[in-house]
Amino acid sequence: MIDFVSRNVDLIVIGGGPAGLAAAISAKKNGVQDLIIIERNNWLGGILLQCIHDGFGLELFRKPLTGPEYAQIYIDQLKELKIPFMLNSMVLEITPEKKVFVASPKGLFCFYAKAVILAMGCRERTRGQICIPGTRPAGVYTAGVAQNLINLKNIMVGKDVVILGSGDIGMIMARRLTLEGARVHAVVEILPHTNGLPRNIQQCLIDYEIPLLLSHTVTEIEGTNRVKSICISPVKDNLEPIKEKEDKIKCDTLLLSIGLIPENDLSKSCGVELSSITGGAVVDENLETSMQGVFACGNVLHVHDVVDYVTLEAEKAGKSASEYILGRQRMEQRIRVEIGTGIRYVLPHYISKDTDLELSLRVVSPGEDLSIGFFDGEKLVKTRKFRRVHPAQMIKIKLKRSETRAINTLKAEVLQK
Amino acid sequence: MLVIGAGIVGCAIARELAKFKLETVLLDKESDVCCGVSKGNSGVLHTGLYYPKGSLKAKLCVEGRLMFPKLARQLNVPYKLCGKHVIARTNEELKDLEDLKIVGEENGVQGLTIISGKELKKREPNVDALAALYSPVAGIIVPYLFTIALAENALNNGVRIHFNSKVSAIKQVNSGYKVTTNQGVFYTDIIVNSAGLYADRISAMVGLDKYKLYPCRGEYLILDKKCSQLINSMIYPVPPKIAGVLGVHLTPTIDGNVLIGPSAEFINGREDSRTTKEKIQQLMWGAKKLLPSIPLNEIIYAFSAVRSKITPPEEKESRDFIIQEDPKNFINLIGIESPGLTASPALAKMVAQIIKKRRDIQEKADFSPIRRRTTPFGEASRTEQSSLIKEDPAYGEMVCRCEHVSKREILDALNNPFSARTINAVKYRTRAGMGRCHGGFCLPKIVEILKEEYGTRSTEINLKNLKSPLFVGATKDLREKEEND
Repeated sequence: MIDFVSRNVDLIVIGGGPAGLAAAISAKKNGVQDLIIIERNNWLGGILLQCIHDGFGLELFRKPLTGPEYAQIYIDQLKELKIPFMLNSMVLEITPEKKVFVASPKGLFCFYAKAVILAMGCRERTRGQICIPGTRPAGVYTAGVAQNLINLKNIMVGKDVVILGSGDIGMIMARRLTLEGARVHAVVEILPHTNGLPRNIQQCLIDYEIPLLLSHTVTEIEGTNRVKSICISPVKDNLEPIKEKEDKIKCDTLLLSIGLIPENDLSKSCGVELSSITGGAVVDENLETSMQGVFACGNVLHVHDVVDYVTLEAEKAGKSASEYILGRQRMEQRIRVEIGTGIRYVLPHYISKDTDLELSLRVVSPGEDLSIGFFDGEKLVKTRKFRRVHPAQMIKIKLKRSETRAINTLKAEVLQK
Repeated sequence: MLVIGAGIVGCAIARELAKFKLETVLLDKESDVCCGVSKGNSGVLHTGLYYPKGSLKAKLCVEGRLMFPKLARQLNVPYKLCGKHVIARTNEELKDLEDLKIVGEENGVQGLTIISGKELKKREPNVDALAALYSPVAGIIVPYLFTIALAENALNNGVRIHFNSKVSAIKQVNSGYKVTTNQGVFYTDIIVNSAGLYADRISAMVGLDKYKLYPCRGEYLILDKKCSQLINSMIYPVPPKIAGVLGVHLTPTIDGNVLIGPSAEFINGREDSRTTKEKIQQLMWGAKKLLPSIPLNEIIYAFSAVRSKITPPEEKESRDFIIQEDPKNFINLIGIESPGLTASPALAKMVAQIIKKRRDIQEKADFSPIRRRTTPFGEASRTEQSSLIKEDPAYGEMVCRCEHVSKREILDALNNPFSARTINAVKYRTRAGMGRCHGGFCLPKIVEILKEEYGTRSTEINLKNLKSPLFVGATKDLREKEEND
């Protein structure tokens, strides 16, 4: 006996954040008529709605918008195009046959989809995952949760704060908490460089005189019921804390900004191959995953630095999904992009030759005056010079059709001068 | 009757006493049941392999385990007989296995067999060993769900529970006792001292200073549910030659996680349930030794709890449970460490027997052994899920994304009969916040529900007891304060 609501749909977009919105809009504009967005919150726009600071849209609109302003542009377009969406609805499972089960207060739905776009975003790494020793009191939050509570619910999480990790959300929250009257004692980063954008170091930390402790980490959380103090230590080159130099900061709150993890638990349920480096799906230049007709974009594919790139990537995924639905064949001759010295990852993982390509990549460590090269075997296909590179900043490099015409392999590498 | 301590033991006793025409009160210093080591253990239903023949540990463990199938069904608590393999890597350890088998059989454990490393590999493809002792009747249960269920069933049958009640003095009056707590005074005929880690202090209040407890901290690591295929049964090493310690083992949980641990470390502070870098590392090494392919990058949390040991650190042999009436009408349960969870139902019967000797107690005709539980949405089949949502749309609203916990389950958990409304109370009842994001997505939602349904102010929302506030106020509060200063 099957008594849930079943229906066919050409395209199902999972997630109504910046990636899902742009993907759906692009799919519709490219001819997909029968599509739907599934969103688990009771709003569209995803995490952008709690990002009340500005700086969004600099790439696409050439002006600094707040998160909600940026989201609204796409929400308006979505409504104009009459693209249907379900709020308060969560996908429970995607089967390899692209049967998508959705739980919502209106019932349990089963969609038989021709194509699926994965746009579920990412989640934050937690205290447990890095096993910070100590007690387990109230007052330990990930930066994004604190941002949600402060900006969407007007709840203050603490008065005296230490922030571990110099990711962008951590730095933005350092400023936000300061503006609300809390004291941010320090932003502590285990690496010798920050993990966020340079502009955030200036605008969120330096401008507010918040100390940034590089090559330091939190070694213990103290306090039985509420955080009482945090122990921090400098670390050696191998990142091991130097116990003798441990220092104690009295505070009531520890915020964690220690990394984002693409949220791919659903992708796994339908058999999508994941990359151990990005945590996201392995995709080709059409952003199609190892499962035919399943596409991925945005932070569920790889963690982005700015939302504008999420939008661009999602538009591409929407277009690819529409081509798939309208009958395009998957390319057979594929070249796996290899990772050379100094490169953390390159996306897409697979390309086909004789096409115009845009590659997104990140370096392993910060550097100055260097270039990034692409090789076909020993042959240099393309180089680009950079005055400065940083792991926090995504690098985009275009390869022209003429440059990919004759290649048999492709490898990216950082070239020292 | 006054039962002091609402851990597994106290709750099992309260539920047993609820069968009789008695007025029973259960006290605890915390704001919910199961706040100590009762929630921080491996959740294993032991078979009785390790305990000396004739000991209370052996007897109550074997008896208790046999009571579980029925009890778990009545209380609606999931449990599973997943079996257990104690593995040997050397010939010396192989000899230990044979000794363990003999002790187990003397204790009445059925079905013990020693299997070859090859056979083990078939059952547990990720484990390499020379041989293993297999115990088919060892099982797992969720210890906090079991404790909560016992307490709820006791409450339904007339037992009263007082939380946040710390006993400060006990005085003998006439034939009974006057018990002073921070929440008021109780007069009772009989006291059951099941205060766990503090049982020695409670008995000292009536002048007994012969019991001394040694707090021993056990740390655990927990792996993501995606590792559920790693092991099919419990994997134990041959126990190290330390009293009452079973060694770092791997335990599958009912929900599909894998537990690594525990460590064993004698400490001074009874409330000192911190995790330490040293032990976390030891657990990781221990786990690697048992199962080289264990994905330690899938650890989602580290936790610990403090066990109450009656065996001093320097002693080799573990001392037996003490279940003793001393003085008259004062029943002490001291040093109820492992296998206390397994033994708890048998232990409760034993306490009832002691009380029967003192008083002529009658069974209630209307005792209801059944405890209802909200169906967890995540465990239901798709068809069941569909009808659950039809029955109540709140079932279709997911609050916890990792564990698929619906709003309906959160509401039912908040509406628990003990009025325990901390974030942890919700977590232990529903699993919301136990998944890989560790509350990142569900905490703001639970806060919203508390505000909407109960009108709770943000400063009144606590993590684990009445003194663990999650928030300091509303935004602008601090800013305004600064401007006024």
